[in-house]
Amino acid sequence: MQHMQLGLIDYAIMIIYFVFVLGIGWALKRYMKTSSDFFLSGRSIPAWITGLAFISTNLGALEVIGMGASGAKYGIATCHFYWVGAIPAMIFLGLFMMPFYYGSRARSVPEYLKLRFDEKTRGFNAFSFAVMTIFASGISMYAMALLMRILLGWNFNFSIFMSAIIVLIYTFLGGLTSAIYNEVLQFFLIVAGFVPLVYLGLKDAGGWAGLQSRLQTVATANHFASDAWSRSWHYMTSPTANPMGIEWFGMVMGLGFVLSFGYWCTNFLVVQRAMAANSMSAARRTPLIGAFPKMFIPMLVILPGMIAIALTYQGGVSGFHLPAKDGSFDYDMAIPMMLAHYLPSGLLGLGITALMASFMSGMAGNVTAFNTVWTYDIYQSYISPNRSDQHYLWMGRMATIFGIVVSMGAAYLARNFNNLMDFLQLIFAFVNAPLFATFLLGMFWRRANGHGAFLGLVLGTGTAALHHGLTAPAGATTLIKGGWLGTVVHTYPSEMAQNFWTATFAWTACFVVTSLVSLATRANKTDEELKGLVYSLTPRPKEEVTAWYNKPATLAVIVLAMTLVLNIIFW
Amino acid sequence: MGLDIRIPIGLMFSILGGLLSIYGLVSDKAIYQRSLGINVNLGWGLVILAFGVLMLILGRRGIKSV
Repeated sequence: MQHMQLGLIDYAIMIIYFVFVLGIGWALKRYMKTSSDFFLSGRSIPAWITGLAFISTNLGALEVIGMGASGAKYGIATCHFYWVGAIPAMIFLGLFMMPFYYGSRARSVPEYLKLRFDEKTRGFNAFSFAVMTIFASGISMYAMALLMRILLGWNFNFSIFMSAIIVLIYTFLGGLTSAIYNEVLQFFLIVAGFVPLVYLGLKDAGGWAGLQSRLQTVATANHFASDAWSRSWHYMTSPTANPMGIEWFGMVMGLGFVLSFGYWCTNFLVVQRAMAANSMSAARRTPLIGAFPKMFIPMLVILPGMIAIALTYQGGVSGFHLPAKDGSFDYDMAIPMMLAHYLPSGLLGLGITALMASFMSGMAGNVTAFNTVWTYDIYQSYISPNRSDQHYLWMGRMATIFGIVVSMGAAYLARNFNNLMDFLQLIFAFVNAPLFATFLLGMFWRRANGHGAFLGLVLGTGTAALHHGLTAPAGATTLIKGGWLGTVVHTYPSEMAQNFWTATFAWTACFVVTSLVSLATRANKTDEELKGLVYSLTPRPKEEVTAWYNKPATLAVIVLAMTLVLNIIFW
Repeated sequence: MGLDIRIPIGLMFSILGGLLSIYGLVSDKAIYQRSLGINVNLGWGLVILAFGVLMLILGRRGIKSV
C-alpha cells in the first residue's frame, strides 16, 4: 500500500498534542506528594472527568480499529457490544457495586477481594491482573508501531521508543491523574478527528438511506437477508440468520451478562477511574455519566466500518474500497483507510493524532493500573510491608518504569511470535471469565467465603479452558482457536459464539463451585468485618446531593430509557 | 488536583482549531478533492476553535468560583 503523505501542518498538529500531553504531566508533578495522590489521584477528581476517562480507557485504538472492522464484518449488530455489552453493566456498577468499592476504602480491586474474602483470592487476582496489564500495554504498543509503519512508513523501533518515552514521562510525573487527564483529552480528540470522517463517508454513500441500500448489496452477496447489515436484533433469532453467527440468548448471556459485567464491574483498569472520584456520589455517577457518550460512540467507530464495506461493494463517487487480504477483506484497515481516503492534509493530521492518542492512553491506562496493583497488592503485601508512604510512592514510579520496559519487551515478543500473543490473550480470557461470579456472590451473599471464592475462580478458569479445548468455531485451522484436547464435541458457527459460550460456562462453574464450597466450609469473616463490603450488612448510602440530575438512580433511569430507544430505532 | 483540565483542553483545541482554520484559508483548493470538494479544514477548524474557547471560558469561571 502507498504510504500517506503527511504535510507540515499534520506534523505540527501531532507535535502540539505531544507538547500538551507532556505539559500536563509536568504541571501535575508538584501535586504528587503521597502515594494516594499518585495511585488514586488523592480521590479528588470531579465526576464528569472520571466519567469521560472511564469510557476513554476502553476506547483505546485497538478498540476503535476493532469496532470499525466488526462494523464492516457484522454490520450494525456490532452495536450490541455497546448497548447490551456495556451500558447495563455500567449502570449496575454505578448503582450497586460502587458503594462497596468506594465505601470500603479499598485502594484496588484485588484489595477489595482481600477485605471481602482472603489473601489467596487477592493474590490470584493481583498476579494475573498485573501480568495481563503489562501484556495489554505491550500489545497496544506493538499494534501502534505496526499501523504507523503501514500508514506512514515509520520505522518500527522509532514508533515503539517514541510512544514508550512519552507515556513513561507523563505517567511517571503525574501518575493516575496524568493518565485520566490525557484520557479526557484523547476522548475529545477522537470526536474531533472522527466526526468529519463519518460526515464525509456518509455523504459519499448517499446519506443514511443511501448507506442502507448499499448495505443490501453487501448482505445479499454474503447470502443473508437484504437488511441483515442494518438491523441489530431482527436476525438474532438463529445463528445462521446473521453474520455474527450467534442467537440472542447466547449473545445476551455471554456478551451482555458474563463478559460485559466481568469487564466493566471487576476490571481494575476501568474501576480505578471511578475510585479516583472526589466523593461517593461522584464515584457512583462516574459510570453513569460515561454511559451517555458511550451509547453514541458506535456512530464514530462502527458506522465508518459499515460505510467502508458498503462503498467497497457498491462504489461511491470517490471510489473508496477496502484492500483485500487472504481471499477476503482486510477489515482492520477500514478506519485507517477511511482516514487516508477522505481527510485532506490538516484534518488528516488530527485523525492520525487521535489514533496515536488512543494507542498511548491505552498503554498509560494499563501502566497506571499495573503500578497500583504491583505496589499495593504485591509489593506492600508480600515483599516489603510497613515502609513509609514515600517509599511506596517511589516504588510506584519505579513500577512505572519497569512496567513500560517490560511492555516494550512484550511488543517485540508480539512481533516475533504472533501465536504467543494469541495464546496469552486466550489465557487472560480464561482467567477473566469467571470473575464476575465471585464479585456477585461476594457483594450480595454474606455467606460466600474465601475458600469458596478461590476454588470457584480456579475451577471457573479451568472450565473455560476445558470448554475451549473441546469445542471449535467452524473452519478453525489452528489449535489456538479451540479443540486442542483432541476431540471436538461441538462446533460453533463463529469464533464469537464460541467465546460467548466459553464465558458463560466459566461463569456458571465459578458460581456453583463458590456457592457449594462456601456452604460446605465455615465462614472466615465475622459480620462486623464484612460491614461495608456486603450488601445486606451495609447501611444504604445517604444521598449527598439533592439536585435530581445528580442522583445516581435518576441518571440510571435516563440512560436505560435512552439505550432502549436506540435499540428500538435500529431493531 | 490543582490543575483544572478544562484549561489545557481549551488551550489545545483553540490552537488546533485556529491552525486548521488558517490552513483552510490559505491551502490549495485542490487538496479538497478528497473531501468531496468541501473545505473541511476551515469549517471543522472553526468548530474546534469554538469548542476550545468555550472550554477556556468554563475553566476560567471554575477557577474564579473556587
